[in-house]
Amino acid sequence: MPAAGVQALNGLAAGGVGALLALGLLAPALGERRGAHRVIYLACVLVSAALAGLAFTTLAAIGAGAPAAVVALPVGLPLGQTLLGWDALGAAFAILVNGVTAVVSAYAIGYGSHEEEQQRVLPFYPAFLAGMNLVLLANDAFSFLVGWEFMSLTSWALVVSRHRDAGNRHAGMVYLAMAFGGTLSLLMFFGLLAGHAGGYGFDQIRAAALPASTGAAALLLALAGTGSKAGLFPLHAWLPLAHPAAPSHVSALMSGVMTKVAVYAFIRFAFDLADPGAAGDWLGGLLVMLGAATAVYGVLAALIETDIKRVLAYSTIENIGLVFGALGLTLAFQSKGFAAAAGLGLTTALLHSVNHAAMKSALFMGAGSLIVATGERSLDRYGGLARRMPRTTAAMLVGALAIAALPPLNGFVSEWLLFQAVLASPTLPDWFLRLVVPACGAAFALAAAVAAAVFVRLFGIGFLGRARSASAAQATEVDAFASTAALVAAAACIVLGAWPALAIGPLQIVVAALLDADVINPVSGPWQSLVPLPTSASSYNGLVILVFLAASATCAALALRLLASGALRRAPAWDCGFPDPDPATQYTAASFAQPLKRVFGPALFRAREQVTMPPPGDGQAATIEVEWHDLPWRYLYRPMAQGVLYLADRLNVLQFLTIRRYLLMVFAALVTLLVVVAAWH
Amino acid sequence: MALIAALLPQLVQMLLVLAVAPLVIGTTRRMRARLLRRVGPPLLQPYRDLARLARKEAIVAHSASPLFRIYPYAVFAATWVAAALVPTFATGLIFSWSGDFIAIIALLGTARAALALAGLDAGTSFGGIGASRETMIAALAEPAMLMVVFIVALLAGTSQLSEVSAFMAGPTVGLRVSLGLGLVALIMVAIAENARIPVDNPATHLELTMVHEAMVLEYSGRHLLMIELAAATKLVAYLAILACVFLPAGIAAAGAGPAALLLGVSAFVAKLLGLAALLSVFEASIAKMRVFRVPEFLGAALMLGLLGTLLLFVSRLSQ
Repeated sequence: MPAAGVQALNGLAAGGVGALLALGLLAPALGERRGAHRVIYLACVLVSAALAGLAFTTLAAIGAGAPAAVVALPVGLPLGQTLLGWDALGAAFAILVNGVTAVVSAYAIGYGSHEEEQQRVLPFYPAFLAGMNLVLLANDAFSFLVGWEFMSLTSWALVVSRHRDAGNRHAGMVYLAMAFGGTLSLLMFFGLLAGHAGGYGFDQIRAAALPASTGAAALLLALAGTGSKAGLFPLHAWLPLAHPAAPSHVSALMSGVMTKVAVYAFIRFAFDLADPGAAGDWLGGLLVMLGAATAVYGVLAALIETDIKRVLAYSTIENIGLVFGALGLTLAFQSKGFAAAAGLGLTTALLHSVNHAAMKSALFMGAGSLIVATGERSLDRYGGLARRMPRTTAAMLVGALAIAALPPLNGFVSEWLLFQAVLASPTLPDWFLRLVVPACGAAFALAAAVAAAVFVRLFGIGFLGRARSASAAQATEVDAFASTAALVAAAACIVLGAWPALAIGPLQIVVAALLDADVINPVSGPWQSLVPLPTSASSYNGLVILVFLAASATCAALALRLLASGALRRAPAWDCGFPDPDPATQYTAASFAQPLKRVFGPALFRAREQVTMPPPGDGQAATIEVEWHDLPWRYLYRPMAQGVLYLADRLNVLQFLTIRRYLLMVFAALVTLLVVVAAWH
Repeated sequence: MALIAALLPQLVQMLLVLAVAPLVIGTTRRMRARLLRRVGPPLLQPYRDLARLARKEAIVAHSASPLFRIYPYAVFAATWVAAALVPTFATGLIFSWSGDFIAIIALLGTARAALALAGLDAGTSFGGIGASRETMIAALAEPAMLMVVFIVALLAGTSQLSEVSAFMAGPTVGLRVSLGLGLVALIMVAIAENARIPVDNPATHLELTMVHEAMVLEYSGRHLLMIELAAATKLVAYLAILACVFLPAGIAAAGAGPAALLLGVSAFVAKLLGLAALLSVFEASIAKMRVFRVPEFLGAALMLGLLGTLLLFVSRLSQ
């Protein structure tokens, strides 16, 4: 395809963003009409699907050798024009974002009718999609930041759409503060880069050679800005508050997709705009450490939390940790000149982004269906839903097993690639990395193992057993749109697990474009097996494993049918002879997590358990008090917030001065500035 | 024809692990009983138990979900496939490339997740105890196991168990500290994962000490048969991993003739029975520990594994 063709595709994509914005404006015009949400969400499905198709065509064209092209719109701030266009990276993420968005919007056609105040959601939802797409399309710093802010502010509006709940308002406030902090970092990042490049276009920035120290400083700023949006420890504090506060289809997008836009931004900055050069080794090591800390912290917090949406939000933090860990390995490999291993690291990060988007959107859609069906959010108020909501159960089961990194589903594939990347790292000639990487590898292994516990708990307590509340006992399956959309996302988890080449193939175009090297396609073994590095013969084939599993189970079932008694009897549960009809005697989410909490809680969360036993003979009930704390919140955010309040209090006097004193202050400020300028020269 | 010749050893391996699994269980029971000066059950008792379970009707609790009848097959299939991927009597079987050491561990993880869900399914308190404790043990044992995988993979340059076994049988290995650490960690993990003393007691039905048995309380008949066979197969899989990495002697090379294969099979069965005997000696000489001591036990395994991995990372630098 010639460049003009790619340019036309980009023009259409910009038109798609415009269409989404127009939908945002249309929503208030439709007013409170019945079915207004169906119109909007259906239109979002269509536009998103079209954008995903355009992005796929673009990526295919670039893969076939067409140069990336840019569309210049004659609007925009000081530059005078806005540069829009996908390159390979942007197009790949656009497929991911819009593909997931199309499914989630279809979910919202059904789910959205349960919203009480439609006008607090409908206008912002398409605008949120437009913001994310603008970030991916942007080819200059201005439009990037405009898109980024659009994405932040519209998602903030969606977070506070249920503003009557004080918790949601608090979540909105924290989110807003963190989003501004993140954007400030990005602003300074672009300032540093543009200062050297003399322009804000990505092409100019790319062309300018950065001094090594500036590159490293810029990347640290980029890490702060994108990490706060993605939920990197310790900048994660807003995420478990804000993601669950939004309506569930928006939570699915924020967790599944918006965090991926942040990942996109970091990849764009670290591997395209600001080359860290030799500083890549310690930056990579730092990133691996941050990723490992994020993964372990997120997954353990998910284990303790009992609100289903907060469990999912913490698990998002865990997965972001894995992605950033893989990116850190990539930086380290790249700085030391190991092209093949760097390609493996980047492929892992991209593939895990895709996989996580599929599984997390399936899980959040399922969680939304649960909340609609029962009106409850605590895992301890569900139970027995497997019989009452079979389709949602199937979607959640697949999503839970996938995110627990269990073969033959997709979560395992990217986790496996991550371990392979860790195993490739002893070749790195650097002491720091050699000590950091294996320790972080152990942390990733721990995170994967605990994730299995988290999702066994989520599914086992939420769907199995007996109903734990009256509303769960009467729950009914949600509408066809909602349950089918969740099932589609779950099916994607199965397909990507059995056939990862489907995603890895297109992602290789991105990796080759970013790393400027002959990367090795990991899909090279027999029957499209994954062979990450040709120097080690390690391989994995999800399809063969899946077929093997199905064949073994079928063989076993057939053999039993032939040889064993087929009699089946329903009877009361045995429970060692002491069945209790009260559903409260079942294990709860808290009691299930208690053993692991006892192992990790005291150190990581200051978790405390206090049991008060009445003395023998006393008829009083024994009590148990449990508490745990998000430590960064306690020791980082709260002091900071208190400091700001204190300063504001002190500075408040400045508002009540006489005019003479104000004039005096203006004069003093002027003199100080002049002195500073004189000293500078 | 060549395909059938290549498929045959794989098929033999799949059937072999199933066929010897009850024998291994019978050996440990018999040995342990003899060490405790009891007569003990006959060696073939587990086969009879399984046959009896097959004849019984299956009972499903009223509160169980439709998934209740699926888990046993899922547990069995995942365990069986994992065991089939471990080189037992020969390396380089036709499907050995479809999963490496990490995939084998993860497949056992899939089986464990299905079993834990089975424990929670009927909504009974004992099932919950078992599932909760099993996931705690697994959450600590799995990273330790992965550290063992790292050690072995770093030494052999690949995580493919077939290649690892060939490498370990070769002359270039020598004695290494990290391998020793890995061996100890692997044994600790294997004990914990297979619910053996001192972590769990396979013979107990004392409510508060059960882990594995508590999860399967609600199962009976053919469903229980599947789960029991899966548990025995899992033990065989772990012993086979131990054997192929640390005792690779006698294992047939890829494409070996029938004589070498036959030798491999007999060596494998001998190794299994020997390891089962060692296991029962160990079990007879130690007491079961409290559940909350288990994290310390597995934490030690994790630290040993990490230490071995770090040693390898650092020693590469000095080379």
